[in-house]
Amino acid sequence: MNAGFNWFKYSSPQTFFPLAEKLALAFGAAALIACVAGLYIGFFVAPTDAQQGDAYRIIFIHVPAAWMSMFLYVVMAFWAGLGLAFNTRLSGMMASALAPTGALFTFVALWTGSLWGKPTWGTWWVWDARLTSELILLFLYFGFMALQAAIDDPRRADKAGAVLALVGVVNVPIIYFSVKWWNTLHQGASVSFTKAPTMAATMLAGMGVMALGFWFYSISVTLLRARCIMLERERTADWAIQYAKGMA
Amino acid sequence: MNWGSLENFLAMGGYATYVWGSYLVTLGVLIAELVLLTQRRRRLLGQLRARAGTGRGGA
Repeated sequence: MNAGFNWFKYSSPQTFFPLAEKLALAFGAAALIACVAGLYIGFFVAPTDAQQGDAYRIIFIHVPAAWMSMFLYVVMAFWAGLGLAFNTRLSGMMASALAPTGALFTFVALWTGSLWGKPTWGTWWVWDARLTSELILLFLYFGFMALQAAIDDPRRADKAGAVLALVGVVNVPIIYFSVKWWNTLHQGASVSFTKAPTMAATMLAGMGVMALGFWFYSISVTLLRARCIMLERERTADWAIQYAKGMA
Repeated sequence: MNWGSLENFLAMGGYATYVWGSYLVTLGVLIAELVLLTQRRRRLLGQLRARAGTGRGGA
């Protein structure tokens, strides 16, 4: 039987390892191009906002980073769940590889939000539903990483982490809908699945292209980290040692 | 073009601290992540080579 693509071929670390490098380089290049284009649109094409002046330009990283922070958590929980259900080695490695980048984008969303809040709301921080649930997301990422680091056996660390990741996923819809469910200081979504966007086309374009850039960056850096995790966990395997010798 | 001059661009309509504070910190953490990953990879490969060298009677 030759028909069809063998998906399981790439579910073992040894075969995925070289593929991951090629993908990481391609997505890294795409991320660079998208971010340069997005920043050009954001700073040189999109006009100054009538109400917020140029402070609004923080949107071009704030919103894409906030999207990535939630999206990466869902992807992490997906891989963790897959690992828990099918006990595949690669799934746990992918979940572990996603967590630091997810935490990074959560931090960026909070940091840029704070720097945007000061000139527009007059405060760096409020215990608003959106801000608080995003902060909880950061703690979920930290909790996942700390839990995994505390358990020596990688397979058990994967299982424990997976349970935490799956329980924590309930926080993601809370973040997303918080601006609807509660009357909060944080504004509602400017871009949503159900309505036409409420912002200028060039602003929207800049935000979209930056989101694409962050997306490509996340894929690239996650694959690079997954490669490190594969080498760490397979350090006694012949292919890993041969690879290290070849890199000398 | 929005700015006319480099000074105007850097001033960001009076919001320089907030806008550049956001962009520079974001750029910083992304670069830091890449640097840390590169170091981790280099350290790992070194450990693997060291183990192969001592454990198997030389490479």
